[in-house]
Amino acid sequence: MAAVDYIELGKQVRRDVVHMLITSGRGHIGSAFSIVEILNVLYEKVLKFDAKKPKWENRDRFILSKGHGCLSFYSVLARKGYFDKKELDLFCREDGILGGHPEASKVPGVEASTGALGHGMSLGLGMAMAARIDKKDYRVFVTVGDGECNEGTVWECAMSAAKNQADNFIVIVDYNKYQSYGPTSEVLNLEPFTDKWAAFGFDVFEANFEGDMGPASSAFEDILLNKMDYKNKKPKVVICHTIKGKGIPMCENNLNWHHKNKVSDEEAKALYDALK
Amino acid sequence: MRKRILDTVYKLAKEHKEIVFIGSDLGFETLKDFKNEIPDRFFMEGISEGHIVGMSAGLAMSGKIVYTNTIATFITRRSYEQNIVNLGLTNANVRLIGNGGGLVYAPLGPTHLAFEDIAIMRAIPNMTIIAPCDAEEMERATRASVNWQGPIYFRVGKGGDPVVSKPENGFEIGKAIVYREPGDLVLITTGIMLERTIKAADELATKGIKAGIIHCPTVKPLDEATIMKHLNNVKAAMTIEEHSIIGGLGSAVSEMIAEKLSKKIFFKRIALPDVFPEKYGSQNSLIKYYKCDKDDIVQNAIALLS
Repeated sequence: MAAVDYIELGKQVRRDVVHMLITSGRGHIGSAFSIVEILNVLYEKVLKFDAKKPKWENRDRFILSKGHGCLSFYSVLARKGYFDKKELDLFCREDGILGGHPEASKVPGVEASTGALGHGMSLGLGMAMAARIDKKDYRVFVTVGDGECNEGTVWECAMSAAKNQADNFIVIVDYNKYQSYGPTSEVLNLEPFTDKWAAFGFDVFEANFEGDMGPASSAFEDILLNKMDYKNKKPKVVICHTIKGKGIPMCENNLNWHHKNKVSDEEAKALYDALK
Repeated sequence: MRKRILDTVYKLAKEHKEIVFIGSDLGFETLKDFKNEIPDRFFMEGISEGHIVGMSAGLAMSGKIVYTNTIATFITRRSYEQNIVNLGLTNANVRLIGNGGGLVYAPLGPTHLAFEDIAIMRAIPNMTIIAPCDAEEMERATRASVNWQGPIYFRVGKGGDPVVSKPENGFEIGKAIVYREPGDLVLITTGIMLERTIKAADELATKGIKAGIIHCPTVKPLDEATIMKHLNNVKAAMTIEEHSIIGGLGSAVSEMIAEKLSKKIFFKRIALPDVFPEKYGSQNSLIKYYKCDKDDIVQNAIALLS
């Protein structure tokens, strides 16, 4: 497979996100930017799918459990051909299919309706067990937020996944270290985070997205393509050390950009300028 | 009733490869044969109701028909957001089996009393609610559930409830069953209260009052056509249920009468008061304490007609 220019692709997705944010006047931009490279690697190199047959039964499943990060998810799905890119112009509008949280019944390529946190993993584990019952080899990838890991159901599911030896079940944590109110270390500390997942019976991997997105994306790709053993009877987690608002300096680690419901003309220009 | 639904699920699972069972932490050796014979479709995932409902939905979204079982209070209350977002919103083919609907767990106190389960489940779009009257009807309802599209909540009684249903009445989800044609009065009931209602109607007959009986094993979608047809021919109607007076069958029928019935009738709801039950005892003793027993039905019927 040809190498992907993750830096350029990341800029394109971020431009889509900014466009949706400015067109609609609202959106979780910080939470969308921290997962851009996670999504690009998954959809460029890892997931088996056919955008023209979104319900193809052997497809890998992807669930964005942190549904509020949907802006970049929508961009990636449109770019892969699940729906017309013009839909991005209708984000959060009455005549559009793309809401502030993704809905499976409306958006081709969206496996589960998420937004209420702490649901995606259990849904995904059910899908992973269905694959086992049906003797299919598809895998289920679920991206959760770090704040989302405050939810008890995340850990209920983690125990259940390990008990069921769900080696086709892969959790990807967007560990950007911030949730709505403040740093995760202050709101509800997750540390020792890798130890927790290991103690729950997961194969634990870490990926660092804090620096250059090119090598970081390639390293993440390497974990998913080469380092994971999808037959070792253990569920997996990749803890991705990301940066909230990544890609635009004024947004990075700035909770004012967690969610926006108003963007000034000056801010809009600054956003576009940063992504040239 | 509980044993019968699980036995029926096991039999159905042998016939239908898409049927999966998930329990929380059920009694020792529950569905032992299912587990031994069909281990890949049997899950016991611990005391994690939110998770098991979500996992059930994930299986259903992958083509499975999932029967999910634990105590009624926990499968309705603890997993309520999952019931809405994972089941209702996706119209998932998950059948929630709630053990001990109503006052079954009287000795265990209010934490285990599912007195508002119908109310909260009724408020979920796409959710079907079935409350059979006895084990025989439970089996018929379970068999009918296999091909139903969308989530179902089964309200399961204690077990050993007297059998009053009749095989010839069959079972169709969404259809009420007329046990007795109305005279001056019609008694509308659901679940195990059918037995008391039949006894009350018998006693009323000895007093010269002809009381009809409509049994609604499906509380949602309610068979409005059958109920309306009979309401149009009576002077008075009563609902009888082992549920809070807020939000159950009585509320559903009240709403229908208020909006759709063009004539005036006398109407009374026999139901549990809006309180946390303060007594222990038994299901029967609490039903009596809260004035929902056969004698209460009789007295209220007489008062309503006079």
